[in-house]
Amino acid sequence: MNDFKGQTLSWQIVNGAIELALHRDPCNEIGSLTLDELEEFKAALPGLGNEAHALIVHSTLKAGFSAGADLRELFQRGQEMEKGAALREVREFLERIHSVMNVLDAAPLTTIAAVHGVTFGGGFELALVCDIIIADRMARFCFPELRLGLIPGFGGIPRLKRDLGNAVVRDLLLTGRSFNVMKAQQIGLVSQIAAEGEALRVARATASQVGKFDRRTAAAAKEFVKPIPYEELKREIDIFCDLYSRPAVEEGLRKFVENEGVQPYLP
Amino acid sequence: MPTTDHTLDQILDLAAAHFKVPREKLSADDDFFKTLGIDSLQALDLLTRLEHHFRIDLPDYELQGVSDFRTLANRIQARL
Repeated sequence: MNDFKGQTLSWQIVNGAIELALHRDPCNEIGSLTLDELEEFKAALPGLGNEAHALIVHSTLKAGFSAGADLRELFQRGQEMEKGAALREVREFLERIHSVMNVLDAAPLTTIAAVHGVTFGGGFELALVCDIIIADRMARFCFPELRLGLIPGFGGIPRLKRDLGNAVVRDLLLTGRSFNVMKAQQIGLVSQIAAEGEALRVARATASQVGKFDRRTAAAAKEFVKPIPYEELKREIDIFCDLYSRPAVEEGLRKFVENEGVQPYLP
Repeated sequence: MPTTDHTLDQILDLAAAHFKVPREKLSADDDFFKTLGIDSLQALDLLTRLEHHFRIDLPDYELQGVSDFRTLANRIQARL
């Protein structure tokens, strides 16, 4: 299936690159529907990979790349079920999304995240599976999970540890702060900065460049420099589930969901 | 290094231009959420623009509870 138009995301092949576009209002919150469609993408990827040398992940929404996990759905599902069932559902969700992320991480094509605006939590984690992050000048990154009494659950910590110095990881994680593209480039997260509104164009130019090289060589180079931290990823799910069961998390989620003030995205 | 008043002027200029509010309607002690009519996402946008303008890295937790331009200018001044 070379073209797909879903409710939360779409894909097509443009000039030899798969373009995976996120478009779920308000800011590509990743819930069960997005996960279903990401799994469809995962299933289609081997076929798409036969006709493309690169993958670009981007958002068509003005607000940003993605605000992360759908916390409203997480909270509501937790309210509808008894605690044991809710925990089992959370673990199943995490295992499914880890499976998608791991496939994207190891995909034998060059993957590029073209990000702008809000790139938070699970959205940040989606960008982190890509080989190259190209960021719009106004992009902003954050792992806010500790504000809710949780840790990132879509593979963020092991992948941050893989790519950045541990001291920086601790700062980002333990303060829950957001940071801009200059900081992101300084710490080695973002490799290219684009002007406002230009990230996708820059990503397409980059995809065109990587397409000049032998595909098998590029895949071998990627496999050599980008190990997948499978054991730590499994451990992350265990820690997340241990933390999720605590009443403090339910309160943190309730506070976020019921916040009607002007500052829900500020710490 | 610019004075805090100069920093404050630059913040007001930038906010007025970006959010298309007449500069003369903005003053130091205004609640910028109300005066500019912005939410937290737009406040993050403003923060990013200010960081670029002043070439600083200002953690957003320093803005916790901050809603007026004068205090914002003081926070920025401390990072220059």
